[in-house]
Amino acid sequence: MIVAEQKPITEILEMVEDYTKILVLGCKGCVTVCNVGGSKEAAILASTLKIAKRKTNKKIEVATHTLERQCDPEYVDEVKDMIDDYDAVISIACGVGPQFLSERYPSARIFPGVNTKFMGGAVEHGIWSERCAGCGTCVIHHFGGLCPISRCSKSLMNGPCGGSSNGKCEISKDVDCIWDMIVRKMTELGRLQELLEFVPPKSWITARDGGPRRLIREELVK
Amino acid sequence: MSEYKSESNLEKILKAGHFAFTGECGPPLGANVEHLKEKAGHLKGCVDAVNVTDNQTAVVRMSSWAASLVLLQEGLEPNFQMVCRDRNRLAIQSDILGVYSHGIKNMLCLSGDHQRFGNHPEAKNVFDIDSMQLIHTVKTMRDEGTFLNGQDIDGPPELFIGAASNPFAEPFEFRIHRLAKKIAVGADFIQTQCIYNMDRFREFMKRAVDMGLHEKCYILAGVTPMKSVGMARYMAKQVPGMDVPASLIKRLQGAGKGKVAGEGIKFAVEQIEEFKEMEGVAGVHLMAIEWEHRVPEISKLAGMLPRPKV
Repeated sequence: MIVAEQKPITEILEMVEDYTKILVLGCKGCVTVCNVGGSKEAAILASTLKIAKRKTNKKIEVATHTLERQCDPEYVDEVKDMIDDYDAVISIACGVGPQFLSERYPSARIFPGVNTKFMGGAVEHGIWSERCAGCGTCVIHHFGGLCPISRCSKSLMNGPCGGSSNGKCEISKDVDCIWDMIVRKMTELGRLQELLEFVPPKSWITARDGGPRRLIREELVK
Repeated sequence: MSEYKSESNLEKILKAGHFAFTGECGPPLGANVEHLKEKAGHLKGCVDAVNVTDNQTAVVRMSSWAASLVLLQEGLEPNFQMVCRDRNRLAIQSDILGVYSHGIKNMLCLSGDHQRFGNHPEAKNVFDIDSMQLIHTVKTMRDEGTFLNGQDIDGPPELFIGAASNPFAEPFEFRIHRLAKKIAVGADFIQTQCIYNMDRFREFMKRAVDMGLHEKCYILAGVTPMKSVGMARYMAKQVPGMDVPASLIKRLQGAGKGKVAGEGIKFAVEQIEEFKEMEGVAGVHLMAIEWEHRVPEISKLAGMLPRPKV
């Protein structure tokens, strides 16, 4: 899923300082799963904004609504009759949501309420970890099912570098050295020999480096 | 056709069977090259080539190619270091052509310390290719005469290709395989990480010799003399992939006030003496960081002078 975290409340308050009718718009997709942008979090953010504004004696009206998904025009359409009632919308979906809203409702003032972090999953309750860099050409099967591009700090294809220590990366003791894990896993699988093969420079054409990406599936295009 | 790949002094020294001795110089933190020239002056005549570091520890300095040219003007042979952190394959290949056209003949291929260590941790890194792929890039340019895209090069760079090896980083068992991979990809010479744990290095070299790696490539053992007990403790605890045995720290502590640096040099000299006899070791890479003025003394004590002329 796409993992996000809420922006600091001070930043959100600063964004919507000049607005009095605010809609907090949640999303039932990834951000609900990672407990940052669902209906529950929308309600909490709305209350927080009201309390903060009350302290400054400013009048404010905050409503909440949660869409099935904000990355789908069909669901984004759902707020067409209500969006004009608000002078600011805080989307707490990933970075895709506020953009789809801005495109669909050009005159609305849309603000991002969360910082989109990465593609990953929950490794423990309350702890999420990155797993994919979206490079567009998956090669994890060559590395024991572990991704060196998203999980090595240097995206080494022929690792590990000389900074691997006690299974940790040189940049931080909180970061696992994925190459240490790859070597161990491939050794256990009896496939270490494969890591001795030179991996040539990767083509980044399919990654973000090739320019903003678009996917067309002819059979699905009406 | 020359019998040499690059005709660098370092290559000639190694091919002639001499025990090579390389040094190291960090470029300045500004455009003032006086201190660099002073450091170069200490190394002159003591070493066969001088590594010029490339924004080491991710701290911005004068570019390694520019500082390499300064050394060249001062009459030293540079070993131009290049990291993959700051350049994509376009910049890498154009810099390789650039340095070669100005007379640089040795190049050390590295991945580079992550920018989070350095003084611009907010920077975006590149890592378009890794150190292994950098070795492959230089070899392709030199031996195939083509760029990575297969296009012909008008005047291929005839460089002596170097790579690094850290026998002490983990996973330890894999390190020898990684060295073998670098050699198979095209490294002509290897400079190791600073060695302090001699037992572990002996074991590493034994494996290298068993695998015949020393016959395919020249392996230079890395030596950095300890200046103080504080430095030894810092390296033991703070530098990833560094193995400093407690016995060495104890030995330095035992030297007594004002004598630690001398003991550090004594240990380095003992190491060099052992490396001269160690099977598979073709030379020593002396990284006397901001201690260049002690290099003549260390070289003399280690019996490395005068350097052979080839």
